[in-house]
Amino acid sequence: MKRRLFLKSAMASSAVATVAAAGLLTPSMVFANSAGFKAKSDAAGASSASAGKGSFKFKAPKIAENGAVVPMTVDASKMNDVTNISFYVVNNSTPLAASFNLSGAAVGYVSTRIKMGKTSPVEALVTAGGVMTKVSQEVKVTIGGCGG
Amino acid sequence: MGKIKLKPKARKGVIGIKALIKHPMETGLRKKKGKIVPANYIVNILVSHNGNMVVDADIGSSVSKDPYFKFNVAGAKGDTIELKYKDNKGKTGSATAKSK
Repeated sequence: MKRRLFLKSAMASSAVATVAAAGLLTPSMVFANSAGFKAKSDAAGASSASAGKGSFKFKAPKIAENGAVVPMTVDASKMNDVTNISFYVVNNSTPLAASFNLSGAAVGYVSTRIKMGKTSPVEALVTAGGVMTKVSQEVKVTIGGCGG
Repeated sequence: MGKIKLKPKARKGVIGIKALIKHPMETGLRKKKGKIVPANYIVNILVSHNGNMVVDADIGSSVSKDPYFKFNVAGAKGDTIELKYKDNKGKTGSATAKSK
């Protein structure tokens, strides 16, 4: 079973390589993410535009000295029925950083560290009871320590 | 590769799960000496609490190297927490820990 999967994925990736060689896909599409995740990322971007303002806490630094490690926390533990928490970095080449589907005994709380290429607004999206809400915050990335 | 630190700690009926996975998290966009470093990042992590799934996360390439996650789950001391991950090359890893 495992070998079959491996063969399948090998074939799929070689197919992608030929398409790339034909110049049909841009490099970022090929190397950045799988098609499924890309679709998800686009969907998150589209739905984030229409999402209302959330009543949860979103903690991210105003200035990140190192764009490779930007800690951020979403605390929606006061909200009921939280099913999904996502982090969306608008100016990244793959905007959707991570999407956490919570179920069962999980409390609406996620903390993680993400990479950021440059200064960008970061959106935290929380889906609770089927309604998506967001809180957005600008994070400045300063490389070399000189804020600008 | 594939070292996981998993530290669940119970407090007031909530288990705080801290997880640190050793992983390069290459985006596939970075170049080293003119050559593209092949993408290698975690795509999915699953966390279960006493056998019940609580977190199913889709991770993108823009999560930091050696990713750190913290989740909160309702539970008590002694509960079993299990974490599994899968990366884009099909490699998997898992860790199990009892809550303190």
